[in-house]
Amino acid sequence: MAHEAEMAEGSSKPHPPVKIYLQVLFLLFLLSTVAYFIDLMQMAMVIKALLLISIALMKAGLIAGYFMHLRFERITLVYVLVAPLILLIGLVAAVMPDGRSVLLSRLGL
Amino acid sequence: MKAEETLQAAWSGGRSPFAVSWGKLMMWLFILSDAFTFGGLLAGYGALRASSPTWPDASKVFALHIGGQDFPLLLIAIMTFILICSSGTMALAVHSGYSRDKKRTVLYLVATILLGLTFLGCQAYEWSKLIGEGYRLWHTPGGPPQFGACFFTITGFHGSHVLSGVIYLAVIAVRAGRGIYDQRGSYEGVENAGLYWHFVDLVWVFIFTFFYLF
Repeated sequence: MAHEAEMAEGSSKPHPPVKIYLQVLFLLFLLSTVAYFIDLMQMAMVIKALLLISIALMKAGLIAGYFMHLRFERITLVYVLVAPLILLIGLVAAVMPDGRSVLLSRLGL
Repeated sequence: MKAEETLQAAWSGGRSPFAVSWGKLMMWLFILSDAFTFGGLLAGYGALRASSPTWPDASKVFALHIGGQDFPLLLIAIMTFILICSSGTMALAVHSGYSRDKKRTVLYLVATILLGLTFLGCQAYEWSKLIGEGYRLWHTPGGPPQFGACFFTITGFHGSHVLSGVIYLAVIAVRAGRGIYDQRGSYEGVENAGLYWHFVDLVWVFIFTFFYLF
C-alpha cells in the first residue's frame, strides 16, 4: 500500500538502460525485414495476412511499451489508452461488409 | 485483494490516478484521438478496397528501378528503416534528457530531425514519381481511382504528421539548447515530443502493413 502510494506520486519511475532501447531497435529491424520477405513469398492469403498482422502488432507493442514507456507507467493509464482502441475492430467490422456489398452490386450480382 | 488495493491506491482520491503530469496525459489523449483518425482512414481504405473488383499490386507500383532491375517496395523498405532509426535516436534523446545531459539531448534531437527530413524527401520522391506516371487523387492509371485516393490521403496525412513532428522537434531542440529544461529541472518537454514522434512511427507500422504489404 505504501509502495503503491509512492508510485502514485510518480516519484520512483524506473528508466530502462540504453541497452534495452538498442535491443528494441534491433528487434524492430528484424521484424520489418521478416515482414518484407513474407510479403515477397508465395503463400495463402489468410496465412500471409495473419503473419503480417501479428508482426505489426508485435512492432506496435515494442514501440508503445518501450519507446513510449507504457511498460513503465501505471496500469490504469495503459487501460485508458488501450481499451478504447478495441472500438477500431468494431469500426472495421462495420464498414467491411458495406464495401463487400458495393462490390457485389458493381458486379451486378 | 491485490487488485483492490491497487484500485484504491489509484482512485481513492487525493492523487493523480495515472501518476503522470498533465502535459504527458494530454499528449497521450491527443495520441489516442489521432489513432482514431488514422484508424478511420485505414478502415475507409479497407472498405474501398473491398468494394473494388481489382486493386493494383503494391509491390509493382512501388518498385524501384535500379540498373535494369526492379526491386519491389525497395523505397518503402528504406523509408521504414529511416523511420525506425529516427525512433531510436528519439528514444536516446529522451534517455539523455532523463540524465539532464543537454548536449546529447540536442544532438540526438537534431539526428531525429535529419532522419525525419530524409523520410520526407523519400516521400516527396515517391509522390512525384507516381504523379509523373499519372497517379492522381482521383485517378489511377489502369486501376480503380480509389487506389490513388487512398494512397495520397493516407500517406499525405502521415507525411503531414512527420512534417509537424519535425517542426515540433526543432522547437524542442532550440528550447533544450537554450537551457530552458535545465532551468525547470525537468526534460519532460523532450519526453512528450518523443511520445508524438514514436506515435508517428507506430502509425507507419500499420500503413506499411495494410497499404504496402497487403
